[in-house]
Amino acid sequence: MRTICFYFQVHQPYRLKPYRFFDIGEDHHYWDDFLNRSVMRRVAQKCYLPMNALLLELINKYDGGFKICFSMSGTFLDQMESYAPDVLESFRKLVDTGHVELLNETNGHSLASLKSKNEFKTMVRDHQEKIKKLFNGYTPKVFRNTELIYSDQIGEMIAEMGFEATLTEGAKHILGWKSPNYVYCNSIEPKLKVLLKNFQLSDDIAFRFGNKTWADYPLTTDKFVKWINNVPQSEEVINLFMDYETFGEHQWAETGIFEFMKHLPEAVFKHTNYGFSTPSEVVAKVPPIGKIHVPTPISWADEERDLTAWLGNDLQDEAFGKLYELEKMVNQIDDAEIKRDWTYLQTSDHFYYMCTKFFSDGDIHSYFSPYDSPYDAFINYMNVLSDFVLRLKEKLKEQEAEA
Amino acid sequence: MKVLMFGWEFPPHISGGLGTACYGLVKGMVHHKQEVIFVVPKLWGDEEQMADFVNASDISIDYREKKFKSIWKNLTYLEVSSFLVPYLGPEEYQKFTDYAIHDRADVDESIFTTKYEFSGKYGKNLLEEVSRYALTGAQIARDRSDFDIIHAHDWLSFPAGIAAKEISGKPLVAHVHATEFDRSGQSVNKPVYEIERAGMHAADHVCAVSQLTKNIIIDKYGVPAHKISVLHNAVLDASIIKSTYNKKVPEKIVTFLGRITFQKGPEYFVEAAKKVLERDPNVRFVMAGSGDLLNRMIDRVAELRIADKFHFTGFLKGDDVDHMYAISDVYVMPSVSEPFGISPLEAVRHNTPVIISKQSGVAEVLDNAIKVDFWDIDSMADATFALLHYEGISKMFKELGTEELKKLKWEHVAAKLVTIYQKILAEKS
Repeated sequence: MRTICFYFQVHQPYRLKPYRFFDIGEDHHYWDDFLNRSVMRRVAQKCYLPMNALLLELINKYDGGFKICFSMSGTFLDQMESYAPDVLESFRKLVDTGHVELLNETNGHSLASLKSKNEFKTMVRDHQEKIKKLFNGYTPKVFRNTELIYSDQIGEMIAEMGFEATLTEGAKHILGWKSPNYVYCNSIEPKLKVLLKNFQLSDDIAFRFGNKTWADYPLTTDKFVKWINNVPQSEEVINLFMDYETFGEHQWAETGIFEFMKHLPEAVFKHTNYGFSTPSEVVAKVPPIGKIHVPTPISWADEERDLTAWLGNDLQDEAFGKLYELEKMVNQIDDAEIKRDWTYLQTSDHFYYMCTKFFSDGDIHSYFSPYDSPYDAFINYMNVLSDFVLRLKEKLKEQEAEA
Repeated sequence: MKVLMFGWEFPPHISGGLGTACYGLVKGMVHHKQEVIFVVPKLWGDEEQMADFVNASDISIDYREKKFKSIWKNLTYLEVSSFLVPYLGPEEYQKFTDYAIHDRADVDESIFTTKYEFSGKYGKNLLEEVSRYALTGAQIARDRSDFDIIHAHDWLSFPAGIAAKEISGKPLVAHVHATEFDRSGQSVNKPVYEIERAGMHAADHVCAVSQLTKNIIIDKYGVPAHKISVLHNAVLDASIIKSTYNKKVPEKIVTFLGRITFQKGPEYFVEAAKKVLERDPNVRFVMAGSGDLLNRMIDRVAELRIADKFHFTGFLKGDDVDHMYAISDVYVMPSVSEPFGISPLEAVRHNTPVIISKQSGVAEVLDNAIKVDFWDIDSMADATFALLHYEGISKMFKELGTEELKKLKWEHVAAKLVTIYQKILAEKS
């Protein structure tokens, strides 16, 4: 039987508050608690709570025939604990069914894999601890890197940490004539299986669903079932990877997205030879068809599926470079608050806000940014980072004095 | 002596340095018991009652006066480009004019009503207001014959000064606080230039806020040197400001404070910062202000990889301005072209040593400052480094700079102006 693999990314960054030059050296609280809380509450009402309820209903209805997988960033988990214990409760119920897989990722939703192996591993371990703590000892077996960023080298690091599989984008320039609908393996360490996002079908749901100018609008379950039936029989797995916030937040309830999801399993079971599996079930069942070569990192963002949403312009490279210059200092310090801020400052979103690709994908970037311009984002971030550096230096001095 | 003075703004309702300068000058004149009739397009009612204020918005124009027709005829050239905002950089200016071309209000009708409500701002009907202000000037000159001399501040009030002279036959002094070349570099706005030029040539005498400005007036406007006097600005209050505001960062701070536009030379400050930071990373640079070059400066700072030591505050107001001066260890004004430039004097009042460009008028009156060419980033970096590290020189600047300030009084400026008036009146009679 062929299978559909649903993976939903659940993420909220810790957004910075407007932090002025005059605050440097004095104000050490960087986070916009009010904004972060209100975003969390809004998305909880519009997406997390109703969608979790719907998914629980479907899992129960098909008695495990329908299953899904989540990856929840550490910054999301922390905010959920602080602002939305009701959401945490509903996720626990889902995980308790045994038909929901949780993925391991980096604690800070960071781009550390591109810069520091050491920091990357720390972040992965921290995230694992957090998942275990929150979900009754649950230990993830599959890894998902921030923004589905992947390369041969990153895959090798993931394999080294003992993961069975990882997820990434089925980027055109990587696949060429190949299909994303198979299981592949890492080109350096074949032990690591690689699942590729079918971006056509995923984005039909995630991006185009409510777009009235799209030729295929409106998307119905009948249409979707027809499309997956058109996939050649030899292709065994369709990976539908998307932001969880697609449901109710990016695509409002009015678009009918909840209705679509509610009826999709039934349509799949009735009219196709597909079932549903989680990533670890897929790699257990489906043997890899070959190696996938990814010499330079890819991601799931924008048209280019590269790193340019977060890195590449001078603003981003300067901020990113200056941030990771601090790694050594941070590692010498034993302080919970510093560790926490260090983690949250690494979140990819901060660099995303500095993106200047305003004329092609800029729309989607500005939609997600709390800033008026990438320049504002940059100035604010650098002010905060300047204060953070002062704190690091002070802490180090204190520690030396004690020793 | 009684002076009929035309300005454009007056404290507390000001948007630039012009209003402050007019305030200081009037105050100085009052000190010398000179009478001033001060005309502004719009009075708000909360101005300090130091002069005989005339609100141009209250003046009704009597169109039976034949001379007005000819004045109006001469003013029609103002309509060439109906919209203009001074003190903008070329890029911003282009944006505004593009917009104005599609959003142009017809001037004639409102001009020929008997009364006219001025905004007194630098808004989109600026040229219309300037023309109308000229008619008002003529009317005031006809109504009040008790003045001896006319004094007009900057191009906005030049047409009013010219009109008042035509009606009354009294001599006119044109006071130049800034020229179009300072504001826009080489891409000057033609109608503004024409008004400036007409004002300077119609005037019996021209006052320039610096020798630098005098040279521009000679070179670019063709006014003979003997017709121009340099009348430097002064400070209202030379006392030292003791701030209780404390710096919160351990590093020393070097500050640029002003509009981030071509005229102010922000890019030279950025390049000099890079050079200083290469030698001493324990310095923070701050660029305070806003303007059309802001984003370009941010890009450059990121490109130079100095953004962890170079900060942007955006536009500062109120106490923040004082705080900024107070925590600065060095103040830099790298202006490409600055007719005068009052801000370094503010820095001195905060006991902050200053580096100013030789292309600024203030360099002519402030001895205890380091003066560099605006383009000479090496010298600027050297000077910054020296002021940060060599106690002796910065200490000296602090002590002597404050002494120098005390000499820059508006009553001295006013005294000089009175002698200029007397000379003009003597020549006339």
